Amino acid sequence: MPKSSAIYIALLIIALLIGGTWIGQNVNLLPIDASTNASIYDELFKVLFSIGTILFLGMVGLVVYSLIRFRRKPGQIDDGIAIEDNLPLEIFWTAVPAIVILFVGLYSYDIYDRMGGMQTLNHDSEHHHQAMLNTQKIWGGIGSGSIESSTQNSMAELPIEVTALQFAFLFHYPQGDIISGELHVPIDQPVSMRLESKDVIHAFWVPEFRIKQDIIPGQPTVLNFTPTKAGRYPIICAELCGPYHGSMRSTVIVEEPKEYNEWFNKNAKEVITES
Amino acid sequence: MTTLTQTEQSSTTEDLQQEEHADHRMFGLATFLVADGMTFAGFFAAYLTYKAVNPLLPDAIYELELPLPTLNTILLLVSSATFHRAGKALNNNEAKLCQRWLLITASLGIAFLASQMVEYFTLPFGLTDNVYASTFYALTGFHGLHVTLGTIMILIVWWQSRSPNGRVTSKNTFPLEAAELYWHFVDGIWVILFIILYLL
Amino acid sequence: MTISIPPDKKESIEGLQPKGWFRYFSFSLDHKVIGLQYLVCGFIFYLIGGALASAIRIELTSPISDFMARDIYNQILTLHGTIMIFLWIVPVVNGAFGNYLIPFYVGARDMAFPRLNAIAFWLIPPAGLLLISSYFINGAAQSGWTAYPPLSITSPAAGQLIWILSVLLLGGSSIFGGINFIATILKLRRPGLKLMQLPMYCWAMLGTSILVVLSTPVLAGTLILLSFDIIAHTGFFNPALGGNAVIYQHLFWFYSHPAVYIMVLPAFGLVSEILPVHSRKPLFGYTTMVYSIMAIVLLGFVVWAHHMFTSGTPPWMRLFFTIATSFIAVPTGIKFFNWVATLWGGRISLNSAVLFSCGFIVNFVLGGITGVALAQVPFDIHVHDTYFVVAHFHYIVYGGSVFVIFSSIYHWYPKFTGRMLNESLGKFHFALTFIGFNLCFAPQHWLGLNGMPRRVAEYDPQFTFINQISSIGALIMALSTLPFLWNVFHSAFKGTIAGDNPWLALTPEWLTSSPPPVENWEGPAPLVTKPYGYGKSTASINKATTSSKEVEGS
Ligand code: HEM
Ligand SMILES: [Cu+2]
Ligand SMILES: [Cu+2]
Repeated sequence: MPKSSAIYIALLIIALLIGGTWIGQNVNLLPIDASTNASIYDELFKVLFSIGTILFLGMVGLVVYSLIRFRRKPGQIDDGIAIEDNLPLEIFWTAVPAIVILFVGLYSYDIYDRMGGMQTLNHDSEHHHQAMLNTQKIWGGIGSGSIESSTQNSMAELPIEVTALQFAFLFHYPQGDIISGELHVPIDQPVSMRLESKDVIHAFWVPEFRIKQDIIPGQPTVLNFTPTKAGRYPIICAELCGPYHGSMRSTVIVEEPKEYNEWFNKNAKEVITES
Repeated sequence: MTTLTQTEQSSTTEDLQQEEHADHRMFGLATFLVADGMTFAGFFAAYLTYKAVNPLLPDAIYELELPLPTLNTILLLVSSATFHRAGKALNNNEAKLCQRWLLITASLGIAFLASQMVEYFTLPFGLTDNVYASTFYALTGFHGLHVTLGTIMILIVWWQSRSPNGRVTSKNTFPLEAAELYWHFVDGIWVILFIILYLL
Repeated sequence: MTISIPPDKKESIEGLQPKGWFRYFSFSLDHKVIGLQYLVCGFIFYLIGGALASAIRIELTSPISDFMARDIYNQILTLHGTIMIFLWIVPVVNGAFGNYLIPFYVGARDMAFPRLNAIAFWLIPPAGLLLISSYFINGAAQSGWTAYPPLSITSPAAGQLIWILSVLLLGGSSIFGGINFIATILKLRRPGLKLMQLPMYCWAMLGTSILVVLSTPVLAGTLILLSFDIIAHTGFFNPALGGNAVIYQHLFWFYSHPAVYIMVLPAFGLVSEILPVHSRKPLFGYTTMVYSIMAIVLLGFVVWAHHMFTSGTPPWMRLFFTIATSFIAVPTGIKFFNWVATLWGGRISLNSAVLFSCGFIVNFVLGGITGVALAQVPFDIHVHDTYFVVAHFHYIVYGGSVFVIFSSIYHWYPKFTGRMLNESLGKFHFALTFIGFNLCFAPQHWLGLNGMPRRVAEYDPQFTFINQISSIGALIMALSTLPFLWNVFHSAFKGTIAGDNPWLALTPEWLTSSPPPVENWEGPAPLVTKPYGYGKSTASINKATTSSKEVEGS
């Protein structure tokens, strides 16, 4: 290989790496991040997006280049060179993806752990009705107690019981015995939801929180999150649950503690003194 | 012509062999039985998972007696041996002997089905009582269906082997061998079923 | 074991073959006729499935449910998915090309079990008609192609039961086909032909058939249990009766993940046949290609729970399935690098077959990248059951398998009919399909990431514009079928005569006349030990012979 073309190729690869990384880091495809979970998610997303862009542009580049460079010219009637394999090259392109995959796997494990995915669920049980717990297993979704939120924030978790049914979500606040069609939560307050379905499988999804959990009948599930940005975000049912699945939506309202308390006190059946 | 020199000339003798290629029906049947076995594997997996994650409530009825199914196991195992005898007899050109063994095998199959029916009618639970009951009936029922089909196959083979011009002769043992392989398969499944459903 | 009457004696086959066009409507035992029956039948279902897709995209041009009733929407959605998977892609990439090509590739006169083969095909039209008729009888199933209980148990029973019956029939057809392919590839090889000399499509079909034979029965068993839940009110999957809805998902995906490879491995095989011919180079890395197919088959059995990351699966299970799934990308990647290496340094003819194959590479790479991302639990949690997943699998099944089907039609049409397809129309078809496809599905990644769930007839109005773009893409895709259909019909009568071997290819199906005679070769079957021996001897393009007779006599 001539020296100049080697330099040329090296430059191209560097440009691809830099360009891909830049696109991955700077092109935003996600809605705002409104929970502790979301910012961790976005880190992972950027890394995967960068790697993906490099790979995609690289492969497309190779294919398009080959098609143009090696197209059959008029009158060309010979065969290509009969290369059947090349062991070093094949080892190279087996090993590199394997290493990248290994890295991605370990990294996403770390992300998963930081989201609280590996936590045991026992600490949640205090908040919920003990009697129910003894008979039924509780399964944890991701975000069940984000480590970052529970260490930075030693606040007690706000327990909320969520009931999903065709075609609505109901939110029950055991403290104050409020039943609401919308979810109100104070900003920076860790929330621990207990999800239950009355009929078929539904799923609780808040895109801005990057959390989703199927709500499977017969399988009450705990899902935790800590909202970080005030605002109104959609709650969406993500699992086909019948004809009106598309309209099974609600809203989560993340507000300043003061506004939240106002809402709470206005609706509470029995007024609880703030601690 | 240069490129096509890769395509070597083939000798005529080889081609003649190829025209009358061997009989691959047993291979096909064996592959089919692997597939059939996977259906059972799915049922077994479901059953074991229920056991692991859906513990039975204390007051639910779920008791299985052992004597009858043990008898069933013996019936099927013996029938496998008698079927094997039938095959041997056919290969030795002893048609009468073969028919006798076939009839014995079929009777054992029928005895198995009868005893299974007796078990069904004496069980303290019904199909829809709980998931264990349902899986029990699904598994044994699906297996029983296989035994029924097998018994019918044996009887057909028996019928065909009666006349010297019939389809099953020492020159054409395929129907008998196919039925035999199938029957051994059904026996094997029963043994696994017996261990998982009754013993575990 | 003794050898008895071979099931497919020469006389029995030739004597039973109806002649003329009528044979395509008959219970023919000729593997080539059956292959074309699969192809045409599959294409008709593709047109029906495509019409349903258009209905879906029309509904989604506006954020409210206005084009059809909501339960009808769910029926259309379910029918669309089921038809496209079980009546179009699976039968065509396996049944159609498998039946047509595999006997040639192993040097046989027919499949191992011609009668079983015909039965397997003739199960398909009735099963498909049954499925579609349910829409007109009592309403089709409305719980999606995944039929998750308890929704599938509580929604109207008639449609769901017909759906189950139809899928069982199609599964049976697929199993029979799989048995036939395994037996043909392993047992019917011409004397002297070794396994490692087979064209790559044989390996792909062997791997696929292993997947079919081992996983489809599990789906059948599962659907039988589901039908008990519906008919007899057992509680296998019904939590209200003490059952467990998640077990259904495990069993279902134990089949349906391998099913995605059943749709795409044969496509890999077909591309491996097409690219070497048109770039005049040997297939790069034959041995690693074979091993990566087998690795994909093995791994394909242990990744199913990546469809269930939000179903309350325990953490250890999520981790295991994340890692197993990610590693499928390694053997898959090897295949893609091998194809690029096959193109590299070739004499690539930029015809429609090559364009569709390269379109496949580009699309599938994107689908594979989003696939690896989806395999990461924390990533998947946010986008599971959203339009992101819809985009991912359409990049795989449409951008991948369907592109390969078109590529294969352009490549083998001359063999099927003896006439060439029109190249300009072919390139026009490719351009429309590629643009329409990407316009339709690329924006859906964004929709999913930003909050649009899948399987909805109504959505947040902020997504209207992107959905309309997507629908325009769908319209272009629909239109792209027209030049193709015209091309296929017109060329059948008016196309230039192809001759026996218009591409000067080396695989055995080209070493006979076009279309081939009933028993594939007039004389003895040629022994092709180097199906990719391009460039081994000089100047093959113009000198290679095109007639089988000359090969025999050389
Ligand atoms: C590089 C290899 C691939 C990986 C790592 C991968 C990964 C995944 C994952 C993790 C999901 C689940 C997403 C979710 O529901 O949240 C998924 C969905 C899906 N994939 Fe892939 N995939 C790959 C290749 C394929 C192939 C080859 C096909 C088909 C030919 C395919 C077809 C599908 C389909 C149909 C679904 C959606 C199923 C449904 O929910 O209806 N994928 N894929
Ligand atoms: Cu829903
Ligand atoms: Cu999968």
